[in-house]
Amino acid sequence: MPDAAMLTVAGLNAWYGESHILHGVDFEVRAGEVVTLLGRNGAGKTTTMKSIMGLVGRRAGSIRYNGAEITSLRPDQIGRRGIALCPEERGIFASLDVTENLMLPPKIADGGLDLPTIYTLFPNLKERAKSQGTKLSGGEQQMLAIARILRTGAKLLLLDEPTEGLAPVIVQQIGKMIREIKQRGFTVLLVEQNFHFAATVADRHYVMEHGKVIDMIPNSEISGSMDKLHDYLGV
Amino acid sequence: MFMIFGYPSALLFGQLLLGLINGAFYALLSLGLAIIFGMLNIVNFAHGALFMLGAFVAWGLLEFLGVPYWWSLLLAPVIVGAFGIILEKIFIARLYKLDHLYGLLLTFGLALIIEGLARNQFGSSGMPFAIPSQLQGATDLGFMYMPNYRGWVVLASASMCLMVWLIIEKTSLGANLRAATENPALVQSFGINVPRMITLTYAAGVALAAFAGVLAAPIYSVNPGMGSSFIITVFAVVVIGGMGSIAGSIVTGFGLGVIEGLTKVFYPQGSSTVIFVVMVIVLLTRPAGLFGRGGH
Repeated sequence: MPDAAMLTVAGLNAWYGESHILHGVDFEVRAGEVVTLLGRNGAGKTTTMKSIMGLVGRRAGSIRYNGAEITSLRPDQIGRRGIALCPEERGIFASLDVTENLMLPPKIADGGLDLPTIYTLFPNLKERAKSQGTKLSGGEQQMLAIARILRTGAKLLLLDEPTEGLAPVIVQQIGKMIREIKQRGFTVLLVEQNFHFAATVADRHYVMEHGKVIDMIPNSEISGSMDKLHDYLGV
Repeated sequence: MFMIFGYPSALLFGQLLLGLINGAFYALLSLGLAIIFGMLNIVNFAHGALFMLGAFVAWGLLEFLGVPYWWSLLLAPVIVGAFGIILEKIFIARLYKLDHLYGLLLTFGLALIIEGLARNQFGSSGMPFAIPSQLQGATDLGFMYMPNYRGWVVLASASMCLMVWLIIEKTSLGANLRAATENPALVQSFGINVPRMITLTYAAGVALAAFAGVLAAPIYSVNPGMGSSFIITVFAVVVIGGMGSIAGSIVTGFGLGVIEGLTKVFYPQGSSTVIFVVMVIVLLTRPAGLFGRGGH
C-alpha cells in the first residue's frame, strides 16, 4: 500500500497547563515522504511534534502510527514504535562526549544506519568523537542530533527546525542530508520557518496558524502559491 | 615511637585512620545522596534512617536467621533497596513536579517514622554486632597497629565508590543516567523507560546507604540513632562537594573525614565544628560547591 498514511493526526488538541495550544490539528504523512509544517512563531508546530511524541501533558484527539492509535502511550513506548524526535534546542547532552551522545538512543529495530555509514555522512563526528557534546559548533551539534536518531531503526523522524540559527553553507548541507536520508527510505516530518529551504527538500507542506492546519500545498505547486504563502507566514 | 610536629606519631596516625573511617562513611552516604539528587531532584533526608535500617537488617539476619556478615553485605542493600522501590513508587514519585521543599519534608517525615519505629521496637541503647572472625585482630604496620576491620571498612568503601564512579562515568548505563539527569523527556522519547530508571536510581542510592550501614554495624553499636548522628555531617559534605556531583561527593567525603581526624590532634575543641567551618568558607567562595557545575 504505497499511498497508505504512516502517520495520521486527526482533531488533535493539546494544552500546556491552562493554555490551550492546539485546536484540532489534522494532517497525514505517507511512508517515504518529507512533509513540512510551516507557520509563524506560536502557531503550534513544535507542540504538534511534542504531542506526537507524547511529551505534552494533556492531549485529546487521535494520532495513528502505522494504523495503531498511539495517543495514550508513554514517550518511551512511542519511541519504541519507531518515531524519533530531534528537538528544536537539539538536546545534545553536556555530560556526554560525542560518541556517547551518538550511541545513547537504544536500537529499537533493524534498518538503522550503521556507524561507518553515519561517519561517511557526518565526518566531523568521527574527528570529534571524544569532545564534550556541547563543545561542538551549532552545525555539528545539529548533525549529531540527527545522526543519533538515524542509528536506531526509527522510521519516522521528527526534525524540529534543524536549520535554525545556522550559516547558509551548513543549511545547504542539512538539506542535502535530508534528501539523502529520504532516499534511504526514512520518512521525515519537518518543522520550518524558512519555506525557501523547505521547498528544496519536501514533498508537501502543511501551513499552521493558531493551533490548526489551515492549508496543504504540494511542493510542485509551491512556486504558484508564493503570494498565499507570504500572506500566511507574514514574510 | 617518634614525633611529628611535636605530636606522638601513634596519636597522629590513629586519628588519621579514624578520620579515614568516618570519611569512608561520609563518602558512601554522600555518594548515594548525590546520585538520588541528580536524578530525582530530591534531597533524601531519609538517607540516615535507611543507613540505620541497613545495619538493623544485617543484625536481624544474623540474630534470627544466622546469616553471616558477608552475606548481609550483599543482602541488606538488596532488601533496603527493595524497600526504597516501595517508598519511591508510593510516596516520592508524586513529588517530582512540586517544589523541592515537599521532597525534603516527605523524606524527613519518613526518616522520623523509620527511626521512631526502630526505637519503639529495639529501644535506644543499641545492640552489639560482632566483627566477623576473619577480620578480628590488628596488623602491625610498623608505625602503628591497625585494627583489621577498620582497614577493611576503608578498603570496601573506597572500592565501592570507585565502582559506582566507573559505572556512572564509563559505561553506557551510566551515560543513560547522566543524559536522563540532564533531559529526562528527550531520553524517554528515545525509547528508554525513564520512570523505571528513576525508581531504580533511588533504590541504588538507598542500597549504598544500607551497604554503609552494614559496614558500620560492627564499629558503632546497631542503634536507631546511628543514622541521624551521621547525616547532618553528611549533608555538610554534600554541600561542600557540590550537590549532585559524583566524583565530588567521594573526594569530599574522604577528604573531610581526614580533616576532621587531624583537627582532633591539632585542635581537639574544633573537631566537631571544623566541617561546618569548611562549609561556610566554601559557600562564601564557591556557592555551587567545590565540584558543582553551578546552579540549575
